[in-house]
Amino acid sequence: MMPGPMGAETRAEAARLGAIFEGLGAQAVDTAILQPADVLLDLYGEDIRARAYVTADPLRGEMMLRPDFTVPVVRAHMEEGGDPARYCYAGEVFRRQETDPERPIEFLQVGFEHFGGDPAQADAEVFATIAEALAGLDLRPATGDIGILMAAVRGLRTTEARKAALSRHVWRPRRFRALLDRYGARVPLPAHKKALLAMKDPFEAAGPVVGLRSREEVRARIATLRAEAETPPLSEEEVALIDAILDLRETAPNVLSSLRDIAVDMPAIGDAVTGLSRRLDAMAARGVDVGTLPFEGSFGRTTLEYYDGFVFGFHHATRADLPPVATGGRYDALTRVLGQGRAVPAVGGVVRPELVVRIREGRA
Amino acid sequence: MTIRLGVPSKGRLMEKTFDWFGARGLSLRKRGNDREYAGVVEGIDGVELALLSAGEIPRELAAGRLHLGVTGSDLVREKVAGWDLRLRELAPMGFGGADLVIAVPQGWVDVDTLDDFDAVASAFRRSHGFRLRIATKYHRLTREFLREHGVADYQLVDSQGATEGVVRNETAEAISDITSTGETLRANGLKILSDGLIHSSQATLFKSNSADWSDAHRATLDALEDRLGI
Repeated sequence: MMPGPMGAETRAEAARLGAIFEGLGAQAVDTAILQPADVLLDLYGEDIRARAYVTADPLRGEMMLRPDFTVPVVRAHMEEGGDPARYCYAGEVFRRQETDPERPIEFLQVGFEHFGGDPAQADAEVFATIAEALAGLDLRPATGDIGILMAAVRGLRTTEARKAALSRHVWRPRRFRALLDRYGARVPLPAHKKALLAMKDPFEAAGPVVGLRSREEVRARIATLRAEAETPPLSEEEVALIDAILDLRETAPNVLSSLRDIAVDMPAIGDAVTGLSRRLDAMAARGVDVGTLPFEGSFGRTTLEYYDGFVFGFHHATRADLPPVATGGRYDALTRVLGQGRAVPAVGGVVRPELVVRIREGRA
Repeated sequence: MTIRLGVPSKGRLMEKTFDWFGARGLSLRKRGNDREYAGVVEGIDGVELALLSAGEIPRELAAGRLHLGVTGSDLVREKVAGWDLRLRELAPMGFGGADLVIAVPQGWVDVDTLDDFDAVASAFRRSHGFRLRIATKYHRLTREFLREHGVADYQLVDSQGATEGVVRNETAEAISDITSTGETLRANGLKILSDGLIHSSQATLFKSNSADWSDAHRATLDALEDRLGI
């Protein structure tokens, strides 16, 4: 019989992983299963409804069955935690499955979160700890760093409005690409925009205002569009550098050397590249085989939008259809959002013990 | 061993369905008085007719309680998760056509595409403090469409009827709704985004993969498909 997502073997594995994390000084924490929906909806938007179960409480309003622990753990830390701090947890998470009936709707997750401290060291500690806990399984690690792409966007020689729009869509590759093509003048200004900007009175045939969005807001956007149309396109060179970062797919040392070349033309990513270099050193010092470690420039861009630095995952070496056994990453920006102005560097990762059991016993 | 065919129980959709089968030599009609929800199929043996609300047919097909059913392709996509694994489209029927579209106020002269819509959603959230509201009853289809196109900073609000009026009433800023001519949208001061077509729907004959398909059932289906020329 297959070990269920909640069976005894799975719980034993969860306990083993939890003990490893506690051995590193992590404080075991628990969170409520029912979480207020508004916080999660504010962070993730409507997409979270496709992934989480929503229910309603007559007094508290919409509640969600926790889709992960990160958000409640961060909230608890921002309210009362000291610095630095390590936490671990184990418990059920709940995921709606809209397409694949084979995927479990509730499963155990064991996690390790690290707040504060030196980011390179903390990243290496979380990655190496999880790698070691999963040693002996036939897994393929994947790594990336969203912070490099974000630094590249911040460093573009263009308007703040364009940088803000690109940063907002770092996690939505298709729209990011559409924006980049537009700002790089790779696609012509659409006819509708051209016509709108040429009109003396854009509201000539607009009819009455209907709804909450006021004429003033429409006028402001037209001004933004006009300013945008008058802004020179991004240089071909800069667009090519962004493309080069997105297309990186090599061992970590080779990626590091490519990024150092890119940083010559794009000094804005210098600090992020130094950070990667320091992280790799810290990982090597912890026994990670950095020389063969894969790195992808686009890894982590299609997950829920809170990772903004180092990202990693461990997948079964041959079974691409299985969900990742472990995933994690750095989410400094999330602590700023949930900390109401206060921010703490934070990195963490989660393991799915039922997959560990299945793979270890050759039953995947 | 009969196979159960579900068709809409009233209105134009029912009449058009009866006509469609009639044109192919099969007579479908309600049995007895008008209130009864059982029917008769003449021209082929082994097919039983059930008259249901068009909105219930997707669920009944997915559950395998109907072997075949006629309903809108929009309803199937909205109501049946993983519909393409659980049902098969046997024949588009060429009527009941309507488009599920995203529409915004005509006064938004700066908005023509999803790209504009997304930019406006971002600015709207900043200035109003909440995410731009889209009223719809097609939650799944709308959300999947917007996710695929990378639109952010919106929220869906449920609207089960008279959706065109919500913007005027300020309970939503945009809508995602079914339209056949766009006339009602225009009359309510709305316009369709040029790339805002989510799904072009029409009445479709579906087959349930999970219904009981014995050899006898299959033989009946083969005979039916021959008669229908599909």
